[in-house]
Amino acid sequence: MKALRTIKRYFRDAIKGVVRNFSLSLASISCITITLVVVATSIIISYNVENFAESIRQDVTIVIFLDSDATEEDRDRIEQSIRNTGNVESLIFKSKQESAEEAKNENEIFSTIVDGWTDDTNPLLDSFMLKVKDVEKIKQNAEDIKKLDKVNNVNYGEDIVDQLITVFKVVEKIAIGAVIALIIVTAFLISNTIKLAIFSRRTEIEIMRLVGASNISIKVPFILEGLFLGIIGSIIPIIIMIYGYISLYDFFDGKLFSSSLAELIEPYPFVYLASLLLLGIGMLVGMFGSWRAVRKYLKA
Amino acid sequence: MELIRIADVQKTYKNGVVALYDFNLSIKKGEFVFIIGASGSGKSTLIKMLYRAEKPEKGSIIIGGINVAKLKDRKVYILRRKIGVVFQDFKLLPKLTVFENVAFAMEVFGCDKNEIQKRVMQVLDLVGLKHKVRQYPNQLSGGEQQRVVIARAIVNKPKLLICDEPTGNLDPDTSMEIMKVLDNINRMGTTVIMATHDRDIVNRMQKRVIVIEEGKLVKDYERGQYYHESIKNY
Repeated sequence: MKALRTIKRYFRDAIKGVVRNFSLSLASISCITITLVVVATSIIISYNVENFAESIRQDVTIVIFLDSDATEEDRDRIEQSIRNTGNVESLIFKSKQESAEEAKNENEIFSTIVDGWTDDTNPLLDSFMLKVKDVEKIKQNAEDIKKLDKVNNVNYGEDIVDQLITVFKVVEKIAIGAVIALIIVTAFLISNTIKLAIFSRRTEIEIMRLVGASNISIKVPFILEGLFLGIIGSIIPIIIMIYGYISLYDFFDGKLFSSSLAELIEPYPFVYLASLLLLGIGMLVGMFGSWRAVRKYLKA
Repeated sequence: MELIRIADVQKTYKNGVVALYDFNLSIKKGEFVFIIGASGSGKSTLIKMLYRAEKPEKGSIIIGGINVAKLKDRKVYILRRKIGVVFQDFKLLPKLTVFENVAFAMEVFGCDKNEIQKRVMQVLDLVGLKHKVRQYPNQLSGGEQQRVVIARAIVNKPKLLICDEPTGNLDPDTSMEIMKVLDNINRMGTTVIMATHDRDIVNRMQKRVIVIEEGKLVKDYERGQYYHESIKNY
């Protein structure tokens, strides 16, 4: 019963704190709001970059051309060797006849040329299409496969894939670093704003201590107050993010540069998850900020 | 029965000023003790150490079985719940009414609402402010504000009431009213320690008087002695 009353008092005091010190609460809330909007933007950017990188990774294919005199045993042996690398997502064999068919369907000029070929005159080569699990090992895999007997050539668009991987890695690191840095900066910014708010209430804290309030019972209402400020402060960023991202997605029709490689993440459930993340960050920095601010006044 | 025992206490501030030196004092339960001395004599330091706003660097201060000198910051509340403190500058919360200011001290314990209502009205009656419960501190006179502070200090029925120049900001008549309230509280069994500059009050009250000079206890007058000797000395 006593514990329940105490908890009730904590919540009541926290709400009272927000309402009675409204101008300072508003300062803290705006501070949280502004930074969370920036954090939201960073989250959207970093997740989408991650998504681009992922789709490119999944799309990278190594094409392995076999020598024209490769027998079926060679084929099986090479397939086995490729599988032995352990970095195989999918491996498809494409005979030169299939390649010819594909070329035929591509356009009319090809079609007439290919029609003139017989199995013997077909200049195309049998090939394997390999998709790897870990794109970072692709270079090593390609070199290993190239050394196999009866492998004519290995091709995966080396230059562009290497470059893209490097660029995405950098962009991803920057975006994640920015989000983390922003969260830390926000926490301290909020901590200082709340410190100002609490500074004007130091007499209150002093009197609470004088009449025998334990440190915890002083801290808890302030930390709850920070929690409420965090929740209130994250409302606007969440609304902006949900509507902003959905309209952005609709505006670009789901992809940047009309490229299938730069598809934006589907708005649902992404916006809800990101909202939860924002709310969580808001609550955490609010609580951390108050905790850090009130700690100072609880020393003797 | 002994309530307070101060033994070999020494306190030096960071700037090297020695506030108290080799200080010994014993106070019995139910006593009314004045602590007098000039500004800078160490009187305030002593009072502050009693409610653990300052910590001595040497010696022990035992109040009702608690060694205040060794009390950790986060355990200070245990001491504060057993004592009441009254200040010269009141320390009331301006945004709370008289009732709320007094109730505040009970709320931190998680007391029941009805219990708070009953007890707060009881102590406000005791200090003669029952009719002003809904007013805010800035609507009260200095004497009335000080009575609210006293009500807040005794609402939890402390064994010890510590007063740091409670009449420092009040005129002589109002001061005497406050002293009557404190005397009443003392008669009901609470030990009262009061630091003051006001010789007139000390003369009229006829209580035990402790004189501090330059951080040392120089005189300890028994009840009723101070008045006569002060006539001789001053």
